[in-house]
Amino acid sequence: MRSNKVKIIIMLLLIAVLTVLYVFQDLNGSYHYALPRRLIKVLAMALTGVAIAYATVTFQTISHNRILTPSIMGLDSLYMLVQTAIIFIFGSMSVLILSQMLNFFISLIAMVVFALLLYHFMFKGDGQPIYFLLLVGIIVGTFLGSLTTFLQVLIDPNEFMNVQDKMFASFNNVNSDLVWIALLIVVGTIAIGWTKLKELDVLTLGRDNARNLGVNYDGVVRTMLVLSAILIATSTALVGPITFFGLIVANLSYQFFNTYKHSVTITGAILFSLIALIGGQWVIERVFSFSTTLSVIINFIGGIYFIYLLLKESRSS
Amino acid sequence: MKKRYLFIALILLSLLSLFVGVTRISPVDLLDFNSEETQIFLISRVPRLVAIVLAGMGMAIAGLIMQSLSRNKFVSPTTAGTLDATKLGILVSMMIFVNATMLERMIVAFIFALAGTLLFMQILNRIKFKDAIFIPLIGMMFGNILNSITTFFAYKADIIQNLSTWMQGDFSTILKGRYELLYISVPILIISYFYANRFTVAGMGEDFAKNLGIGYKRIVNFGLILVALISVTVVLTVGVIPFVGLIIPNIISIFKGDNLQKTLPHTAMLGAVFLLFCDILGRLIIYPYEISISLMVGVLGSAIFLVLLIRGRAYAKQ
Amino acid sequence: MIAVKELTKVFGKKKVVDTVNVTIHPGKITSFIGPNGAGKSTLLSMVSRLMNADSGEVLLDSSDVKAFKSNEFAKRVSILKQSNFMNVRLTIRELVSFGRFPYSKGRLTSEDEKMVDQALDYMNLVEMQDSFLDELSGGQRQRAFIAMVIAQDTEYVLLDEPLNNLDMKHSVQIMRILRRLVDDLGKTVVIVLHDINFASVYSDRIVALKDGRVVKDGPTNDIINTESLKDIYDMNIPIQEINDCRICVYFDSK
Repeated sequence: MRSNKVKIIIMLLLIAVLTVLYVFQDLNGSYHYALPRRLIKVLAMALTGVAIAYATVTFQTISHNRILTPSIMGLDSLYMLVQTAIIFIFGSMSVLILSQMLNFFISLIAMVVFALLLYHFMFKGDGQPIYFLLLVGIIVGTFLGSLTTFLQVLIDPNEFMNVQDKMFASFNNVNSDLVWIALLIVVGTIAIGWTKLKELDVLTLGRDNARNLGVNYDGVVRTMLVLSAILIATSTALVGPITFFGLIVANLSYQFFNTYKHSVTITGAILFSLIALIGGQWVIERVFSFSTTLSVIINFIGGIYFIYLLLKESRSS
Repeated sequence: MKKRYLFIALILLSLLSLFVGVTRISPVDLLDFNSEETQIFLISRVPRLVAIVLAGMGMAIAGLIMQSLSRNKFVSPTTAGTLDATKLGILVSMMIFVNATMLERMIVAFIFALAGTLLFMQILNRIKFKDAIFIPLIGMMFGNILNSITTFFAYKADIIQNLSTWMQGDFSTILKGRYELLYISVPILIISYFYANRFTVAGMGEDFAKNLGIGYKRIVNFGLILVALISVTVVLTVGVIPFVGLIIPNIISIFKGDNLQKTLPHTAMLGAVFLLFCDILGRLIIYPYEISISLMVGVLGSAIFLVLLIRGRAYAKQ
Repeated sequence: MIAVKELTKVFGKKKVVDTVNVTIHPGKITSFIGPNGAGKSTLLSMVSRLMNADSGEVLLDSSDVKAFKSNEFAKRVSILKQSNFMNVRLTIRELVSFGRFPYSKGRLTSEDEKMVDQALDYMNLVEMQDSFLDELSGGQRQRAFIAMVIAQDTEYVLLDEPLNNLDMKHSVQIMRILRRLVDDLGKTVVIVLHDINFASVYSDRIVALKDGRVVKDGPTNDIINTESLKDIYDMNIPIQEINDCRICVYFDSK
């Protein structure tokens, strides 16, 4: 697949150009103030992009499906509930909101524990179909959502602005210490997962065929589920929820690279997400000076793309 | 589950609902027509009861019709994007027609609800992998997507909290003059009873229906129109009430099978009983405050749905 | 040699496989036959470790199959199930290359490539090796999956109803290839079959199951007779000998 290498190189160049544009355009010599801030922001975007792309592609392989994302398993809903509950109970001036570090770890731990409990409960027997797990997750998510709505209605409208800020992922005001911590988590998680990529390739053949070929199917599925939950939780705790972002980049990558090899599709999805995030942020901040946060637009586009995918799938059959 | 017992439960819970509340009202007070108690009774309590009963029956029947037509036990307004499409419709009507009347809002919301449900049924019709659990998963994801579109516009218009208030299912705001739209569901319930046989036949598939000389497409579309109408009236007057359309028909189906003409009255009554139960509980738990019906139904409903799911799987394994 | 000892599997309250004892003879084709729901596929799944038994054991060269490492087991026993649903577009060659996974973990050596070439050649797939699986007919796709199992190069090849949805021509083609696998390459083939006449003509041994129990087990010629078939299928089936093949005439025109 020589052509895929060329594609990857072109995408890398594009990312480099976008990054340079984003970091240096209108910098006006502010090397001490604006430059480090912009660099941290780029790093935050890169981390989010890598985490979401990697988690979504592996998750879709495990679930034998290309129209699901790990965020729907109730992780986003839980994050919103945690944030709403903190503001509801302690108020927006609470240390839990003001200290980003504390907030990050509370959200991260809540989401990871939630995912682990869900998996633990669901994988008691052998050969549990994954859709069952997902449906249970999404129902628990709906339940958490109704709790959140209930609290939101009760919250003082002035305080609500703080909740609303948390509803949408934002790369502004990302704490630089947090970015380094998140970097450690993401790199560590992906390093563990990278050794399993070849086995993921085999997983695409289905459970029976994979086991025939000597792959510990259930073991790989569980490991990858935990890893993708950790990645999504990290990215959500760092910048907030972008539920449908992974859906877009993963499917773009499948279409663009047309291979079963995860080393390629995951790399492709990561590159697409970097282009979308850095490029999108550049367009919004420098070109249009929009007030909207990028994630609202991404979710909007991701939503429409999902409906397109569903209709396309039905037409092709 | 006998019809008689359901009916008795419905009457008992209705009476309870009429006499539970912050203002103590005893039946004796009602003898004096001009007393304050009688006024509260007529302006607040009776409308609330009627609203709960109609909403419960309506949502349960809407779910029953959808499950029959889609031939999937886990399809309902909650799991097919209908409620979310309604929400989007209401938002659009709020933004574009700022001074719209209730009826105008209803028409806009109805168009959205119908379009959303039709879209989902189209997807369902032609999707390759028809797993009983995969379909509601796709439906709920579809709903989430519609929600994200709603959020996008609400964010632009800065009315997210307003929208939350609007959408939260809540019977405490039901007063005389603000719930009458729900009466639309009365003729719908009656019509669906007369069409029950045709829905049952349509539920057995297009070829089967054609063989019996029934216009399949027409019946399906007609059923979906009824579903959209019910959903819209409920969401507009009360707010989003999840899960009722999902769990009630499933419970009745376990006991009574899937012949709509036979199960429709049971489903309607159990829907009303369930909603009354949730409402009364919500009023008592943190008395004198109220827990909204959305939350009560969300908690009880999701728990019951999980039980149904796990039960269904154990059943399928044998 | 594979030996099945007292193997039992329960679904709900039903014993799908009920204390089964069977020996798989090396270098032969063994067919599992029997009515619907007899437990043939379940038995095959347990032998190949796709499914865990509730009690009893399966011995491969007198050690329990559960004791093998997944990878080592995959070099000795391969299984092909009926349903092969996939949502990834793979070419035939890519699929067949997966057969080498137990050896190379996805990094094919030149040795592996040679095995893949041989498997493709064996199944007459060389010319279409770059076609995508979803563009193939049912028979071609089945051949591609069998080629994958051949590339896996195991002593034991287990197949669950490989003739399902195939027309007569392709069914015969596949059975001939299986015959060659045994006669030329010395493999051992175990196959679940629905059509009794394929079992009669192509297999060396037959194991007949009914309600989860083994009702007959022996060389093909000992099983294919009216008397034994009555015990298995509760039908009166006359046997006709044509060109040294015993054909069961189970059609009843009256």
